[in-house]
Amino acid sequence: MAKVLVVTSGKGGVGKTTSTAALGAALAQLGEKVVVVDFDVGLRNLDLVLGAERRVVFDLINVVQGVAKLSQALIRDKRLENLWLLPASQTRDKDALTDEGVGGIIADLRTRFDWILCDSPAGIERGATLAMRYADEAVIVTNPEVSSVRDSDRIIGMLDSKTVRAERGERVEKHVLITRYDSGRAARGEMLSIDDILEILATPLLGIIPESQDVLRASNVGSPVTLNNAASAPARAYVDAARRLMGETITMVVPTERKGLMDRLLGRRAA
Amino acid sequence: MNAVAESTRQLVRLRGRSYVAFVFCPVVPIAGWLEELDATIARSPGFFVGKPVVLDLSALNLSQSAIAHLVASLEQRNIRVLGIEGVDAGQAAKSLPPLLTGGRHCLVKQSEAEKPQAKPKSTSLLLETPVRSGQSVVFIEGDVTVLGSVGSGAEIVAGGSIHIYGTLRGRAMAGVNGNATARIFCQKIEAELLAIDGYYQTAEEIDTSLRHRPAQAWLEGDAMRITALH
Repeated sequence: MAKVLVVTSGKGGVGKTTSTAALGAALAQLGEKVVVVDFDVGLRNLDLVLGAERRVVFDLINVVQGVAKLSQALIRDKRLENLWLLPASQTRDKDALTDEGVGGIIADLRTRFDWILCDSPAGIERGATLAMRYADEAVIVTNPEVSSVRDSDRIIGMLDSKTVRAERGERVEKHVLITRYDSGRAARGEMLSIDDILEILATPLLGIIPESQDVLRASNVGSPVTLNNAASAPARAYVDAARRLMGETITMVVPTERKGLMDRLLGRRAA
Repeated sequence: MNAVAESTRQLVRLRGRSYVAFVFCPVVPIAGWLEELDATIARSPGFFVGKPVVLDLSALNLSQSAIAHLVASLEQRNIRVLGIEGVDAGQAAKSLPPLLTGGRHCLVKQSEAEKPQAKPKSTSLLLETPVRSGQSVVFIEGDVTVLGSVGSGAEIVAGGSIHIYGTLRGRAMAGVNGNATARIFCQKIEAELLAIDGYYQTAEEIDTSLRHRPAQAWLEGDAMRITALH
């Protein structure tokens, strides 16, 4: 049974695209057949984070409009043979997406993949609502600060009312993924604690991704963090989150950097 | 052979029986009358199904084809016409239901039609899930109870009181249609705004010592009072 999972947040810049790429790669590494779909039409980024930007020929809008076949638009990852990308168009805007077009593509993808990860654009407009429209599950990416948490709350309300599942009286299974978490700053009271976030959102926790230079470093070289440096703290946290998505029970820990003296001295080198 | 045939011959026995039928008295314009009928059917679907219906056309002067069309329109609505009253024998084609005369007036029980409307409107609204940011719950008819939190940026508008068995982080407006006795209760108060019957207080004005505690708000004259619940 294919699962459609939307990665969403409401607020921009919290790590939706990074998380989509990292979770997609982690699921593929665990043997699942995965496609990541970029819904951010006009501001696409997922191709860059996956290092596939030079291989984009056709995109989501071409398929929606019937210009290209789905098989022509799908790009296979060079490192993981189980991972595919359906890129967004950079030259169009979200109005080019139609409900029927997206529904048709999702239905087609369901026959080909185990996991369909939809990378939602920020906001609550057309692009975001269509990205979540056909979802079975949702990962709500949240930073430990009040504006991000309130926007996530808003998005959870929309997942409970505007999706096909909600309209049929079923539930979209929701998970909160906390990103850019800094345990030091949280301890000093400079950011919301995990408990505060979960109390406000009243939604189960999927994982805690620590703030780390590794994430930016991986994005800059066009590689999901789970592939670029599998031993890094964020990579381990994403793999744990992917395993939880597959139904495994893994104790929740806040992964920390394993820092030696040399790391501390030479930790800042750019990639 | 004749004798055998005579012995098996049976008499046709006729019995009389009377039924109560609905009498439809269409008026011009027929299209308008049919719309009215559709509205009745929409209110209580299946009300006319299987019921005998007689068409009284004495108020109208319809041609043969117009009558046929009317009968067909009724059949589309699953209403079969048993007979027609109030037309001359010349107006009725053979394909139409038979002409009837000598009908007597009687009362028809309409209990079935009234059943769905008999249910009294609920005066309270129960929400079992949290109210999320951006959602607005409006219930003018009475009280609203939430078995969860009300998020920052969400609002509850009630004609009666508001009960929140979670944290109130959004706005709560009680007694909106002039009910000054309405109150607001919550397990944990972090509200952005509280209002009762148009009198309101914003988060800034709410005593900080009450924050994060169970509290209630009510009106005393034209002043809003907020106190901790014990």
